[in-house]
Amino acid sequence: MQISGAQMVIEALIAENVDTIFGYPGGAIMNVYDEIYKQNSFKHILARHEQAAVHAAEGYAKASGRVGVAMITSGPGFTNAVTGLADAYMDSIPLVVISGQVPMSLIGTDAFQEIDAVGISRSCTKHNYLVTDAADLPRILKEAFYIARTGRPGPVHVDIPKDVTAQIATFDYSKPVEIETYKPTVNGNIRQIKKAVEAIRDAKRPLFYLGGGVIHADAADEIRELVKLTGIPAVETLMARGTLGFENPLLISMLGMHGSYAANMAMSETDLVIGLGARFDDRVTGKLSEFAKNAKVIHVDIDPASISKLVTADFPIVGDLKNVAISMLEISKEIVDKERYTPWLDTIANFNKLHPLSYKEDTPELKPQWVIQRVGELLGDRANVTTDVGQHQMWTAQFYPFSRPRQWITSGGLGTMGFGFPAAMGVKVADPERVSINFTGDGSILMNVQELMTTVEYKLPVINIILNNNYLGMVRQWQTLFYNKRHSSTDLSVQPDFVKLAEAFGGIGYRVTTKEEFDAALKDAVEKNVVAFIDVKVHRLENVMPMVPAGGSLFNMMLEYKEK
Amino acid sequence: MEEAARRVISVIVINEASVLSRITDLFSGRGYNITSLTVAPIPESRYSRLTIVTSGSVRVMEQITKQLHKLIPVLKVIEHADLVEKEMALVKFPITETLSEISALCSAYNGSIVNVSEELIIAMVADEPKRVDYFLAAAKRFHPREIVRSGAVALER
Repeated sequence: MQISGAQMVIEALIAENVDTIFGYPGGAIMNVYDEIYKQNSFKHILARHEQAAVHAAEGYAKASGRVGVAMITSGPGFTNAVTGLADAYMDSIPLVVISGQVPMSLIGTDAFQEIDAVGISRSCTKHNYLVTDAADLPRILKEAFYIARTGRPGPVHVDIPKDVTAQIATFDYSKPVEIETYKPTVNGNIRQIKKAVEAIRDAKRPLFYLGGGVIHADAADEIRELVKLTGIPAVETLMARGTLGFENPLLISMLGMHGSYAANMAMSETDLVIGLGARFDDRVTGKLSEFAKNAKVIHVDIDPASISKLVTADFPIVGDLKNVAISMLEISKEIVDKERYTPWLDTIANFNKLHPLSYKEDTPELKPQWVIQRVGELLGDRANVTTDVGQHQMWTAQFYPFSRPRQWITSGGLGTMGFGFPAAMGVKVADPERVSINFTGDGSILMNVQELMTTVEYKLPVINIILNNNYLGMVRQWQTLFYNKRHSSTDLSVQPDFVKLAEAFGGIGYRVTTKEEFDAALKDAVEKNVVAFIDVKVHRLENVMPMVPAGGSLFNMMLEYKEK
Repeated sequence: MEEAARRVISVIVINEASVLSRITDLFSGRGYNITSLTVAPIPESRYSRLTIVTSGSVRVMEQITKQLHKLIPVLKVIEHADLVEKEMALVKFPITETLSEISALCSAYNGSIVNVSEELIIAMVADEPKRVDYFLAAAKRFHPREIVRSGAVALER
């Protein structure tokens, strides 16, 4: 089939069964947008900022398990999208981001809206391409989708000069992808797996340490079975929330800087860390030399570079987590005796009793944690939950009752404020039956607030719950604790009328100061099924606790802070 | 902290646009050292071979190797243990220096005088990097005007 480069992009997206893309047109990508106009196979959602388009594609990808697609133009269109690429790179989200570029003849001349896009995206993508010949497009696009979704997933950027989108060449998408330099290891070494399970059998205080890789590998069912069969307790990272479900008796909680006392103490006292799809991030480990100090480490990951990067693995296993978990299950059935760990479980139960995750309702204003718990009670499994970044994000991770994988979508690695609202929009596209909730702060929400327009236009009723403390709360908390209360540039007393702001775009706004008002607002927003801002005035100086100060040891937690 | 030792690695990559930047970006982005780097296409293949001289602890080297492997166009990473390693140097001397003495020094380091013009002598040596250091130290007394080193190339024995 002889078609233009622009038509090839459309044909490739159709061949990849793409149903929705998020984007923003501009000069260099116009040929492709012209072809988008002519087709009916997939939907294009016009975000109102390129960064939001990429975050929406991320939300879509995480909720659906499929590759998210975003399309942008050259120059500023591309640079706006970089934060999204970096976010997806840090959290291993499969994306294909297609950008326009100035024509080949103008590359290198500082042309209008020219920037070295692949030069910029190189360090924040899994791979990238500058297409110099339309004849290469079918292969490159097919490789892009393949690379994005296989191995450790990640974003792939394809930069296409305008003249290449006009060039006519042969389109053949049937050739299987063959990259001789890229062959991810998917099956774990079975002897190594056996050794690891033997170590589990011999351990007295083993602990599952579950990371976001469990979700990417769609391995939650297998891991749930493995946890149940072995009777070994588990902690989840921020990215793994929802893996075991809040009702699972063996789930301790989240660990790390704002993990629960029990989770962090369990990690400090375990004699065998069973790390599955987790990468020993500094926000998880605290001081490395004190992390799980007396434990052997099993580390299963699809990415060999993650293994022994920070914590040396005694049992390194490279492979797809689903495959490895199935093997571990089979071997565990024969040799692991769950009774063995009863004393260890008692120890953990005591940790939990000593300092459970909690908060005090001791102020006239609402406590943000109550709001999150309340949404959990009212919507629970019916909602998918995204967040922005900051205190509200940590409270949501601590207090929302997550019951399934892919219910919880947050910016973990990069910590991108402005992620939540557009991501929630992508989630709503992927899973329209469920309520799409974005917990956000009065700081974060303004970073992609223009998406009110997109969500109203496309009837994607995201409910944004703004936990409004008139502060950049997390930075304020650090300033209170470590900078002698010098609240430098974190006071957000001056802020918009969020109700009117939502209304100005055609959404609906609520201002809430009491529990009754909150219940009524949430109920109304869910029933009306419209884009909503619920502006909840919460106690200004609430802190996220427990807290492991940066660089501190996990077992040295600050459990509360008393205002002096 | 474990001592950072000198290491030599070879990387076989698909010979395509921007592949070198991928490698150097990786080193700069993750804070690894490059002491020297040479690259040229492998004859009759679609690959190029890089020889990178770097330094780091065993742990850092393991990360460098793994991170290089992660790059899509990288076919193979060879961490050399038992290797033959050579480097070339070109040195300009003023013609006022004694030709025969320079020539004798060069031949001790596997080299020779490769060009003589009205004002300058250019000498070449090709030897192990450490020995190139010695040569350059010895050559100092002939007042070298300009020195260029090629960076090391290596093959596993």
